Amino acid sequence: MTTIKKPKLAVWKFASCDGCQLSLLDCEDELLTVASKIDIANFLEASRRVVKGPYDISLVEGSITTPHDQKRIRQIRKKSKYLVTIGACATAGGIQALRNFRNVDDFISIVYANPQYIETLETSTPISSHVHVDFELRGCPINKQQLIEVLSAFLFGRKPNIPPHSVCIECKRRGTVCVMVANGTPCLGPVTHAGCNAICPSYCRGCYGCYGPKETPNTTSLSTWFSEQGVKKEDIVRSFRTFNAYAEAFRKESIAHEE
Amino acid sequence: MKSKRIKVNYLARVEGEGALYIKFKNGSVRDVKFKIFEPPRFFEAFLRGRTYNEASDITARICGICPIAYQMSAVHAMENGFGITVNGQLRALRRLIYCGEWIESHALHIYMLHAPDFLGYPDAIHMAKDYPEIVRRGLQLKKVGNEIVSLLGGREIHPINVQVGGFYKVPARNELEEIKEKLKQARDDALETVRWTAKFSFPDFERDYEFVSLRHPDEYPFNEGRLASNKGLNISIQDYDNTFTEEHVPHSNALHSVHKERGAYFVGPLARYNLNFDRLTPLAQDAARSAGLLPQCHNPFQSIIVRSVEVLYACDEALRIIDQYEKPEMPSVCVEPREMTGYGCTEAPRGILYHRYRVDGEGVIMDAKIVPPTAQNQKTIENDLWHFIPKNIDTPEEKLTLQCEQAIRNYDPCISCATHFLKLHIDRE
Repeated sequence: MTTIKKPKLAVWKFASCDGCQLSLLDCEDELLTVASKIDIANFLEASRRVVKGPYDISLVEGSITTPHDQKRIRQIRKKSKYLVTIGACATAGGIQALRNFRNVDDFISIVYANPQYIETLETSTPISSHVHVDFELRGCPINKQQLIEVLSAFLFGRKPNIPPHSVCIECKRRGTVCVMVANGTPCLGPVTHAGCNAICPSYCRGCYGCYGPKETPNTTSLSTWFSEQGVKKEDIVRSFRTFNAYAEAFRKESIAHEE
Repeated sequence: MKSKRIKVNYLARVEGEGALYIKFKNGSVRDVKFKIFEPPRFFEAFLRGRTYNEASDITARICGICPIAYQMSAVHAMENGFGITVNGQLRALRRLIYCGEWIESHALHIYMLHAPDFLGYPDAIHMAKDYPEIVRRGLQLKKVGNEIVSLLGGREIHPINVQVGGFYKVPARNELEEIKEKLKQARDDALETVRWTAKFSFPDFERDYEFVSLRHPDEYPFNEGRLASNKGLNISIQDYDNTFTEEHVPHSNALHSVHKERGAYFVGPLARYNLNFDRLTPLAQDAARSAGLLPQCHNPFQSIIVRSVEVLYACDEALRIIDQYEKPEMPSVCVEPREMTGYGCTEAPRGILYHRYRVDGEGVIMDAKIVPPTAQNQKTIENDLWHFIPKNIDTPEEKLTLQCEQAIRNYDPCISCATHFLKLHIDRE
């Protein structure tokens, strides 16, 4: 009997909260099955065991914020057949990309007493600014079912089935009444990438855009609607400037409303 | 000009790339450094200029393992500043969602991160080959914790339903009823977990720690209480900054927090247990006693049993809250922003998490300070190693490395990923 060599998976962390890689451990029902099909060769959040590369799939969490990490991501790319980024930090720079709109030295002195100990770049950037990325899975955090879908797609050599439409479509599918139409609650759903299954509106709250921009988002039109509903300029800036602040569509829209 | 001594200063930085450096000379320990290399993310800086109601969603992103802790400390700090009290069922629901986070986070640490040390496996997946039923039990427990967080919070990581004043939406009674049967099973599993971890073998290691946790008149603490210790500390949350300070040391991007007069202190399950044994439910107290634990426990390696006792308590408490639940009329109380400074401190799975905000009359944050539990334990972790290594100086290097890692994981330093990145350099002169 021949044994089939299992594909090797690696999970890497950059500047992030660990939540997206935790999604893999949160697959309580699937974890042991996944582990029987894939060799989890490098996943430091979960294991001391480290198997050397090359790896069939690398999952990358976090954004690039230090000179050391700039080098590290290039090494990881070299030893990975497929590189998939998971989450808003890796895909758009994350909440820590708010530094990109300000002077990072001010930030350091606010937080640390001895800034000379701190080595950091002026910006927080997505992985795709540094190396080629084979697939970007969005969300802050990612949806664990989508993660399983991406992993199985790459294992079987097919395209992941991750729809790029808006959160609005998800609301319609689950039958949630529109919070903006019914209650006048500002909602980023029309411009935000699907994937969460429209959680916030189902809890009577406007979408806050944690999955980043959808394909071809009309952010200008949405901002006009916000203004007409009485949302102040500075709050429009804040709403586009959160976990995906540096994603192009959101970045441009927030800058357009800045005084 | 911005002063370099701004009290907001230090960033809440938790898990990440850590390393351990130990130096020996003539057979004695000369230096121990537990280093954290996680890149700085500057939360306290970019919170300035955000509105009061954004703090809970933004600070949740500090940690994907304990986002509820960040949300709870943030909303309680804001409510403290605005002079709002959230009572009744809304208060109970906050305890319930915290129960979910403790169950999820503790089960993760007990089964997936710490137990493999005691049983000699690199991880839970390898452990599952020999102990499939046990690992499944751990995953099942974790899942129930996550289900509570998802039900009340919308999703398990970075939940969306918490806000200053309460929630966006509260569940109907029958929604909570659905989770009851699973919780009863979880409570049985938690009891088995206490029995299972009690059988591990523990290094003989005790120190005279200063344990610090919240203390409440009649509850095991989650969101409320005074800060107490076994060395006589008894202060209100507002006095945190007068009592503790943070030091920025060159080898760490996390800040070392110390008591201004007495130095290092210890937060987390062991601290809570030692200070609040009398507030545990009878079921949890009996389980602890049957496991051979006294109401006082000073061996950090036994924190895995204490964590299991807390899981049992959290299941018990969650069932009590659900039994007494009636849907409140409004999902939140009314909030009127005003100029203020607000203080909040709650019990994250890993220990006390302190937030302080100064907010202007429009509700915009002027400054923020966050002290996570791992920063508070960092010095105690190093001190443990200073004491542990000389006792085990003749242990072969590979085993000593493993034991030092285990000593660090006793504290569950946010997801232990810092310690899984652990590189041990031993210099022998």
